[in-house]
Amino acid sequence: MARITAGVASSHIPALGVASDLDKTGEEYWKPAFAGYEWTKAWEAEQKPDVVVLVYNDHASAFDMRIIPTFAIGCAEEFQPADEGWGPRQVPVVQGHPDLAWHIAQSCILDEFDMTIINEMDVDHGLTVPLSMMFGKPDAWPCRVIPLAVNVVTYPPPSGNRCWALGEAIARAVASFPEDLNVQVWGTGGMSHQLQGPRAGLINKEWDNRFLDRLIGDSDALRHIPHIEYLRETGSEGIEMVMWLIMRGALGRETRCLHRHYHVPASNTAVGHIVLEPVGGDGPQVPDSDTIEANSPAAQGMIG
Amino acid sequence: MTSPRDIHSYLAEFDDIPGTRVFTAKRARQGYKLNQFAMSLMKAENRERWKADERAYLKEWKLTPEQEEALLARDYNKLLDLGGNIYFMAKVFSTDGKSFLQAVSTMSGMSLEEYQAMMLAGGRSPEGVRSIREKK
Repeated sequence: MARITAGVASSHIPALGVASDLDKTGEEYWKPAFAGYEWTKAWEAEQKPDVVVLVYNDHASAFDMRIIPTFAIGCAEEFQPADEGWGPRQVPVVQGHPDLAWHIAQSCILDEFDMTIINEMDVDHGLTVPLSMMFGKPDAWPCRVIPLAVNVVTYPPPSGNRCWALGEAIARAVASFPEDLNVQVWGTGGMSHQLQGPRAGLINKEWDNRFLDRLIGDSDALRHIPHIEYLRETGSEGIEMVMWLIMRGALGRETRCLHRHYHVPASNTAVGHIVLEPVGGDGPQVPDSDTIEANSPAAQGMIG
Repeated sequence: MTSPRDIHSYLAEFDDIPGTRVFTAKRARQGYKLNQFAMSLMKAENRERWKADERAYLKEWKLTPEQEEALLARDYNKLLDLGGNIYFMAKVFSTDGKSFLQAVSTMSGMSLEEYQAMMLAGGRSPEGVRSIREKK
């Protein structure tokens, strides 16, 4: 059976991608931001995940104002790096895992999450920068990736509670996939930043670090933070932290911290990064679905 | 339950954050054509046409005169007021060869050097800029 072995959260700052692409990671300005990922690079090389479910937001690349899905899952064989206006990043093509992606999509829909299914799309820095941070500059990404795009641009974005619950649904979906796969869930974007208006440049280290603290252990307090608190305390784009809660929800009742990193600034923002693993059993301890369909062996049999 | 039951009070709070334009449905509707214009600049041939004659290119998008003038002036605060979204407006400043840091600093009323220095010193403190109503 497939199993979720770990969760990773990270900012996905485009300037970090540029620094990586142009080999500037050793420069004085960028060095401290990248240093906090060295542990994770070594750890990922040992872990060798088969699949990463990568939660991110599209930045007006694949989706424009014509279509705004709240939760969209990429079920394609592969995803090209997007041209964000200055040509695509020179990074490997992202290889998907259509079987698991479709399985998660249909399981989540039966679990009453209305997923949008995407069969063709390009992926922007929101997805490719975390891959660079965790894997460096390989000729091919070392694992398959299922993009899970969340709308955090046009209001209202999904609530933290909904994101957490989606993470739990993803954990149930993965646990019912028959193939033996080592799966990680990554939540990306986030930590203090405001990219707009006269209040641009807001950074709240205390709030960010308390958020990191509360991803660890068995508290679910983070799921109850209202949107307005993210906006007031961490800047308008700090709302991206709701995406980390999908990762956290997927790890179940309790987590242990393996690695943690925080740095200010990188371009306009704080860099946050944490590696967590589920505690207390063989994989994440998540509640059963409360939908009849998702709990029914007959319904599960239909999607096996 | 995280979300407020009353959507009007949910939306009203966004107007209480100093120096911040939240991209609400109202702004998304107001800025639809403006943001789609910006999106068109993701294609190299459109970037060339825009650079060759900005006014002529704008005519195809049926924007309001205010939106056109704010675009030509690269007045990003004004563009956000008129329904622009920062991730879409990024296509405009990227076409100008400007980074997020350069473009964002123009909205803060600071010079690029002052803005960079603020970020290097740890960024803008949340103290005093959380709420207009409570000034805290």
